[in-house]
Amino acid sequence: MNNSFLRISIWVYLAIFFLYLLGPLVIMSITAFNSSEFPRMTPWECLTFQWFGELMQDQRILNGIKNSLIIGAGTVVLSVAMGLAGALLLTQIWPKLRATYYTIIIAPILIPGVVLGISTLVFWDRINRMLGLGADSFLSNGIFLTVIGQSTFIASYCMLVLVARLQRYDVALTEAALDLGASHAQAFRKILLPFMRPAIASAAVLAFLASFENYNTTTFTFGGYPTLTIELAQKVRYGITPAISALAFIIVALTVFFALLNEAKLKRQELVAAARKKATVEELAGKIKLPSFFAGNMAAVLLVVFAIATITVVGTATAYNPGQCIANVKEQKRLEAEERIQELRRQREERRKQNEAEQGGATQSAPKPSNNSGFGNVFAPNTLGGDEGTDEGEEGSNNDTQPSNNSGFGGAFDPNSLQND
Amino acid sequence: MSAGVGVDLESLWIRFGDFVAVRDANVNINGGDFFSFLGPSGCGKTTILRAVSGFLEPSEGNVLIGGNNMKGIGPNKRPTALIFQNLALFPLMKVWENITFSMEIKGASAAERRKRADELLDMIALPGQGDKLPSELSGGQRQRVAIARALCAEPDVLLLDEPLSALDLKLRQHMRTELREIQQRVGITFIYITHDQGEALTMSDNIAVMRAGVIDQIADGKTIYNDPNTAFAASFVGENNVFRGKIKQVMGNEALIATNRSGELVARISTANQGKMKEGDDAMMFVRPEAFAIAPDGATGDHFVTARVNHEEFEGNVFNIFTEGEGGKEIKVSIPNHGQSFEDHTGQNITLEYETRNAVLVPAGELAAE
Repeated sequence: MNNSFLRISIWVYLAIFFLYLLGPLVIMSITAFNSSEFPRMTPWECLTFQWFGELMQDQRILNGIKNSLIIGAGTVVLSVAMGLAGALLLTQIWPKLRATYYTIIIAPILIPGVVLGISTLVFWDRINRMLGLGADSFLSNGIFLTVIGQSTFIASYCMLVLVARLQRYDVALTEAALDLGASHAQAFRKILLPFMRPAIASAAVLAFLASFENYNTTTFTFGGYPTLTIELAQKVRYGITPAISALAFIIVALTVFFALLNEAKLKRQELVAAARKKATVEELAGKIKLPSFFAGNMAAVLLVVFAIATITVVGTATAYNPGQCIANVKEQKRLEAEERIQELRRQREERRKQNEAEQGGATQSAPKPSNNSGFGNVFAPNTLGGDEGTDEGEEGSNNDTQPSNNSGFGGAFDPNSLQND
Repeated sequence: MSAGVGVDLESLWIRFGDFVAVRDANVNINGGDFFSFLGPSGCGKTTILRAVSGFLEPSEGNVLIGGNNMKGIGPNKRPTALIFQNLALFPLMKVWENITFSMEIKGASAAERRKRADELLDMIALPGQGDKLPSELSGGQRQRVAIARALCAEPDVLLLDEPLSALDLKLRQHMRTELREIQQRVGITFIYITHDQGEALTMSDNIAVMRAGVIDQIADGKTIYNDPNTAFAASFVGENNVFRGKIKQVMGNEALIATNRSGELVARISTANQGKMKEGDDAMMFVRPEAFAIAPDGATGDHFVTARVNHEEFEGNVFNIFTEGEGGKEIKVSIPNHGQSFEDHTGQNITLEYETRNAVLVPAGELAAE
């Protein structure tokens, strides 16, 4: 009893936790397929892929992605190299200095990105001037400054990742290589680097993601090369469209894809290793029979499902034409608007009748020309009310003209909505 | 078979700050010898090995390999190959790549390397295992791969840093024989580091016994066992019963000792100390457990000790009798098992006797920690 309650609460907690974690992403992804002009999930209008098309047409976004990719690549190279150098030094340095060195090298992570951005800008501007270079020199180039600025702290992340792996490195391996005749460079290249490869890959991915999503350092250094985050932030000022959701959906899909790919690969390696352990000498000497890619590999299965789903969706998207649906929704909207107008008209009618009834009892003439028909005595409040009524009525009649024409002719709807399309 | 390349250590000192790891070591290792450095952990034997392989520059003195001074020559330029304590096989390389790493450095082709790897795999009795990863091998197999890797570099001197310490007893005993066989087959000089006196005794041509940075004795195994120079060498190599006392009378190569608790006993002065010990000196007499025999009750004299039996155990090849002499002195006696009937002595007083040549006298000194 108590136990089952506990279990249920754990599931509830997990559900809430994942809802909190993934809910925004799910909603954002769904809005990418809604034809509504503003990214929203309700009211659902039509399934559409138009926002993906619009995204592909948006030169600023595309340019931002390109800049982000270039800067990301530069940051990966610089940060991983710096991180590896820092990590190697940390293991070699005199033990008494190690704590101090570690603090210094970690400090950029703790410094706000804004400060790093400003200081990068100021520092390199200073250098630029000292060298007597112009404002268009390499040192004041937006890509250079952004790569340098981001690397100041991303290199620290890389170092943390690399140090963790390096601590498991047995220095005897390098010594063994030296002992067998390798030079220091050969030992580094043939022994240490292959050992570090998984950590270098992790560090590179981390560096790329950190660079791609960075805003607060980049905002000071991007110069003439706005990155994706900068472009998105600027777009928010002018109002966003679901094209942004489409972009978000693509990023989410890519993330899921690579996560699954990685998982499948790891699982496969595990299975291969297990199979090799079991293999006999003869099998090893001859051809190794690898286990089929999918056997016991959940991630691989999911990966295939994911790929098929993607192909299906893309295929559907090219064939699918939401025009009819959007037209229907437009008509729906127009009908709703019309209904609202009818409602208003009705209200105006009622008011007028009310007014007339009241004015019928009154003796004083109103200032309005329409109401001046011999009814002189009007109390101030009533006059005001009448004013409002007529104002609305006038607005309503202005709007009336077109729809009322249409309402008479059912067949006229279609051409109108097509034109609007 | 070539005579091999000798290694000489001349007045070798190695210091780490104020700590002296090796103190004035002078060793001549003959070419083609299996030479062991034997000592407890922390005695500086690995330090010596690192100085020979070139990972460490001596503070003073010289390392000569084949008569050439190795000063300033890095480990990758010395004609030595080192087998590490943890083997240090490259975990990401296959066995054959591990073995032929030294050829890869020299730029040999893959086919050439593969061929050489197969030859060496045959030699170490691991044919067809070249495509495995080191992690897929057993401890003993890894051991042999490490040896093959070192031999592939065709060194003049092979250095082994306690390579058997990670193996279990049976495998260790098997590998001892195998190592010795390989050494005799390839005919190069082996320098072997160990704290296991069994390994040193069974494999070595010569042994250097080390204590806290100092080499106590260099001799073949038999000499070290039977005729130790120092109290440390006597107590570290094999089991020994120690009797402390003062020399009462020196009679040529023998002496009478007034022991602290077991009366006056006679002993042979060890060869290195003959002529150097005089009456009144503090001395230690060592008698091996197997050098004792049970004497008839009531026998007295300068080579009899009486003791009370605490307990006994049967080890298969020997009966061990743990006795307590006068004043609580513990004496261990091992009687070889010839299939004779053996009565239980527990609780009884027995008289033990030994032959004078089996009781070795050395100056009082530091004993090996148990």
